[in-house]
Order: sequence, then structure tokens, then C-alpha cells
Amino acid sequence: MFSLEGITKSIDRWLNSTFHPTLALLLEFLIVGLCAITLFAVLGLVLVLMERKVSAYMQIRRGPNRVGPGGSLQTVADTIKLTMKEGLTPDGADKFLFNLAPFVVLTVAMLVLAPIAFAKGFQLWDINIGVLYISAVSSVSIIGILMAGWASNNKYSLLGAMRSGAQIVSYELSAGLSIISMVVLTGSLQISDIIASQQNGWWIFKGHIPAIIAFVIFIIAVTAETNRAPFDLAEAESELTAGFHTEYSGMKFALFFLAEYVNIFIVCAIGATLFFGGWMPLHIGNWTGFNHIMDYIPSSIWFLGKTFFLIFLIMWFRWTFPRLRIDQLLNLEWKYLFPISMFNLLLITVMAIMGWHF
Amino acid sequence: MLKILNTNHSQLTTHMFEEVATTTEGDLVINVGPQHPSTHGVLHLLITLSGETIKNVEPHLGYIHRSIEKMCESLSYRQFIYVTSRMDYLSSHINNHGCALCVEKGLQIEITPRARVIRVLMDELTRLASHQLWWGAMAMDVGALTPFFHAFREREAINDIMEETCGARLTMNYIVPGGVMFDLHPNFQNRVKEFIRFFKTKIDEYDDLVTGNIIFQSRMKRVGYLSKEDAISYGCTGPTARASGVSCDIRKLYPYEVYGNLKFDEIIETGGDCFSRYLVRMQEMRQSLSIIEQLIDNIPDGEFQTKTKAVLKLPKGEFYSRVETARGEFGVYIISEGGTTPYRIKFRSPGFSNLSALNHMAKGHKIGDLVAIMGTLDLVIPDIDR
Repeated sequence: MFSLEGITKSIDRWLNSTFHPTLALLLEFLIVGLCAITLFAVLGLVLVLMERKVSAYMQIRRGPNRVGPGGSLQTVADTIKLTMKEGLTPDGADKFLFNLAPFVVLTVAMLVLAPIAFAKGFQLWDINIGVLYISAVSSVSIIGILMAGWASNNKYSLLGAMRSGAQIVSYELSAGLSIISMVVLTGSLQISDIIASQQNGWWIFKGHIPAIIAFVIFIIAVTAETNRAPFDLAEAESELTAGFHTEYSGMKFALFFLAEYVNIFIVCAIGATLFFGGWMPLHIGNWTGFNHIMDYIPSSIWFLGKTFFLIFLIMWFRWTFPRLRIDQLLNLEWKYLFPISMFNLLLITVMAIMGWHF
Repeated sequence: MLKILNTNHSQLTTHMFEEVATTTEGDLVINVGPQHPSTHGVLHLLITLSGETIKNVEPHLGYIHRSIEKMCESLSYRQFIYVTSRMDYLSSHINNHGCALCVEKGLQIEITPRARVIRVLMDELTRLASHQLWWGAMAMDVGALTPFFHAFREREAINDIMEETCGARLTMNYIVPGGVMFDLHPNFQNRVKEFIRFFKTKIDEYDDLVTGNIIFQSRMKRVGYLSKEDAISYGCTGPTARASGVSCDIRKLYPYEVYGNLKFDEIIETGGDCFSRYLVRMQEMRQSLSIIEQLIDNIPDGEFQTKTKAVLKLPKGEFYSRVETARGEFGVYIISEGGTTPYRIKFRSPGFSNLSALNHMAKGHKIGDLVAIMGTLDLVIPDIDR
């Protein structure tokens, strides 16, 4: 199996042999930070372009096709435009909070990136409470959104932020419960352990129907958590113009936009890790020949392939479904998803104790 | 704030509502519009919210008032028809038709059978185009963006047909007193037949894409209820009233042109909610298709325009005619002093009356419902303001 482990290990060894260990650690921090920021920019560019192309495909049109080959540089041009725009702060806004909010949202998105394994041996921080860390940190982003809505001094923004608050707090429950059900099967909170446990089959196949139910609930909940249609009530273009970021312009708006797309990537990456084995190739029982061929596909391709498949799924939702109403949204969570995921967790626990899974 | 706004120009609208807005501590007063994605034009709604729940909706009009009725008083009977295309721009043929009918009533001229059939064909094509646009825009209001593009693809085909015959795509000015302005383009029949074949498959696709969707149905059902009595007392017409069980199709009740000889149904639903209004319009599209199918092979030969005098003069008196536009009953009321221009013209536009029921329907619902209700009312703001 191809692996990036060798490269990262050799860089680490070289740095430690050339510099003082403390300096080497600092340099590694720097390299990792730069990598994360670059990844952010690239993800933003790729995902925005992907969204526009997917929507164009669904809406019988071509999408961006002027800037660069096939429109591939369109988002770069958009970013340049946004950086050159004036960042307005409205009169009567709480200036400090207003300007802080986009950074809070973005920083949270960056922090959640840390424990995700992009390929074999390519993980920033393999913390032993990885899953708990992800669910804990990702819920901080709501503070940024509430901050933006409150500080804008705009009624549309306030309504959008309030909707977003109610929505994210509710849907975090079922997202958390479906994550926990996978943790129950694995017996570990560490991301590398979760991936290793799927060596001979992904949990979505090994975990019978309860795992599939958990996956469906997870996808619905994270779609709501990232404020995507059909749960895009916080932005709800036809109702609240742009929701909590109505008053933002220029780069500050771009940061919200970027954070939204990075969040989509992150939740899809978590979904791919928990249910589809992260970078683990597709292995089927005793088919050694087949398993061997699958091993030749690099682990990063496996990870990105699964993640982008889930991202496509979420984009597909957005361009086909109408939006729910706020009370229907909360009903869906509290009356259906939450009880179902509770019961499902119970089933999975029984299954894990009795060892019924493959 | 509300009190100040309630004074001058809004007095025109407030008398229509049974109760005037009262704000209490903690209520949120929000201006929706005049520039807002879902008002589809420059409609200004002053909504009072308690949390997300709507307590009062107060439409403020006049942002696109161009005094068309006053303008018509200085235009001759041939000229004023061009202005009416700009009122309800989505059914300009039908507006022109209503005005031409009224003038012809005054002049007491009979138009040729060919002109009659052409007029009805154009009316129904316009109705289809208008309903298609409504379908796309309404789906966008409830948050589904894709249907809009599908609706526009079909509407484009109709616009191309119109462009060939009338020379215009939006403000046609094609129907004139005495008949129609030009004869049909030689391609007209073939292209319309082609369109019918094409659209028959697409309208089923519309149903697949939106009608059956569970989220869409839950957004539409039991929302914006308008009872039969209320529909009558607010003066609602068109699909809005027919969804509440009021039989009000002018084409059936007071047939004009060749509508009396055609086989089509007046669509009446009894639900009175947004979903009924949606269903009425969807079925009306199929009825329009069947009307076009009945006529397209039976366009009689002959003149497309009867000979009229160069300068039209209506005799002294009052004349009224009405037609069924895509949005409801459109009435034209002309008072003539015997001169070359009308003494006074009054248009009865369907949008104005339908909008007046908005407060009644939206009260107690959420903001998202208000947008859905406005979508199913199919408002065209220049039609309301004139």
C-alpha cells in the first residue's frame, strides 16, 4: 500500500537531527499550520467550483466556463474580487463582535481539521479522544454565527442567527448519537483506532441495518448542522435574504463562505472515517486477489474519493429539495430523528455486546 | 414607527383589513421589500412578528405606480392598448385582449372568425407561459432552486413562438381593436404542435420533480387557508378563488370569443390552502394545452383584421368587458364622452384583490409560510400598482 507515512517520518527525523528538539517542534508546527491554511484555500476553491458545476449539471446549464480551462479558475477570480471589495461595518453594529465573528467560525472549522486522517500516516493530531474533540469543538461555531447575527444590528440577521442556534443545537444531538453508535462498535474514540477496526470491512457493511440507519441520520443531521438546503433556514434566501451574514461584505463574507465549505468537507470526512473506513481500501472477506488490487490504490485517493462522494450527496440534496419550515425542522429532529437514533444506539450497543456484527 | 407609516398613503390599504396592526412590547417589525428576493418586484410588506410567528402583514403599494389609468385618458383607443401590456407583463396578450374587447363593444364591430381563434390561441399560450414562470418562481420561494431553470426552458419555447408572430417576447401589443395586428407566421402551427408534444412530457416531469415531494407538500398543505366566503368577500378571482371552491372562470361564466364552443374544464379545488392553489394552476396548464390542441388544426381562413376607421371614436357611454388572465378576472371599464380618447378608464386587476387577502391568510403562520403564500398568490406587482 502506498503511504505518506515514510515522507512525514523522514521529514520529522531530518528536522530532529538538524535542530534542537524544541526548535524542530516549532518548525513542525509552522509547516503543519501552513499546510492546513493551504488546504483550506484549495478546499474552498475546489468545493465552490464543484458546487457550481454540480448545480449547473442539475439545472440544465453549463455553469462557469469562461475563466481558465472549463471555468476552473472561476473561484480564484471570485476570491480576487472579494478581497478587493470594501469590508463594510454597518452603523450601529457592535464593531468588535461583528469583525470577530467570521474569524471565530473559520478558526473552529480549522481546529476540527486536526484529528482527521487524510491518508495512512497523514494525520495532524491523533488525539485519543478524537471523536469527542470533534463534536466538542464543532459546536463552538454556533457562537460565531450568533455573534454575527447579534452584532449586525439587522433584524434579518438576528432571525437567521436564532434559527441557526435552534437548528445546530438540536441536530448536534442526533449527529452525536450516530457518532457514538460507531464508537460503541469500535470501542475507541481515537480516529486511527476507528479506521484500523475497519481493516476487513467498513462499518456500514459490518454493522447490519442499524449502521445504515445511523449513517442516514448522520447525513441528515450534518446537512442541518452545516446549514445546507433543505435545512438552510439560517440563510433562507427567499425569506431572510441572506440570514446571519446579510450585512457582511468583501473578505469577511468570504470567510463565512469558506468556513461553510470547509465544514462540509469536515463533516463528510468524519462520515467517511466512521462509516466508510477513512483511508481504508475496500476489502471483501476472503477475496485475497480483489483485496490485493484494492490495496494498490493510494490511501489518500480512497479517503478523498469517499469524502467527495458524500459531498456530492449533500450537494445533490441542496439542488433538489425545497426548504423545510422552522417548526417542521425542529419536529423532524425532536419527534423523529432523536428517538430513532436513541433506539438505534440501543440496538447497536446490544449488537456490540453480543458480538453480532461481522 | 408603525403609527407614522400608517398615516398617509397606507390608508388606502388598511381599510381592507378587519383590524389594524397593533404592536406590543417584544414584537419585531420587519420591512419585507421593496427590494426582497421573494416579493418578485417592488412590493413592500410591513410585517409584525412575535418570534417567528406573523401577527400582521401590511402591504404598502405604490413603488411602481406609473398612473397608467391616467395616461390612458390622453391616448387614443388604438394607443392605450400598448400601455396595458406593461401592467401585468406576464399576460400582456390577455390584457390587450380585454381592452380590445371593450373598444369593440363600444364600436359594435364583429371581428373575423380567424382573428377570434388567433386571439384565443395567444391567450392560452400566454397563460401557459405565465403559469410556467409561476411554477418556477414558487418553487424557488419554498427553497427549491432547480425547478426555476426547468420552467424557463419551456417558457423560452413559447417566447420563441411569440417572437416569430408578434415580433416581441414580453410586451406583445398583438391584439388590437378589430382583430390582431399581423397574420400568423407560416411556422406558427408547426412550432406550436412541436411545443405541445414537448411540453406534454415536461409537465409530467414537473409533477415528478415538485408535486410529489414530501417536503414541498408539508410546506403547502394546511398553509394560508382561505375559505370560500372569505375568497368572495376579498374579491379574489382566478386560481386563488377557484382553489377555495369559488366558480369564477370568466371563460366559462361569460364566454368571449370562441371559448363557448371549446371543451375544457373549470378547475375547482375545495381545499383553500396553498396546495390547492398549486394544484389548480398545474391542472390549468393541462387544460390550456387541450384548448390549444383543439384549435391549432382548426384555424379558419380569412382576414385577420376587420376594416376599422383610421381614427376610432367610441359613442358616448360606459363600456365594460372582462377576460380571464392567468391571475384572475381582468376588467376594463371605459367611460366615453364621444371623443377620440377615453374620458376615464379603470382597470380591475386581479392581483390587487388577491393581495388584499394576504394578511388574512398569513396571520398566525411563520415567515416561511408568508413566502409560500405569496408564491401561490402569483403576484405581479405592476399589475397591482398600475
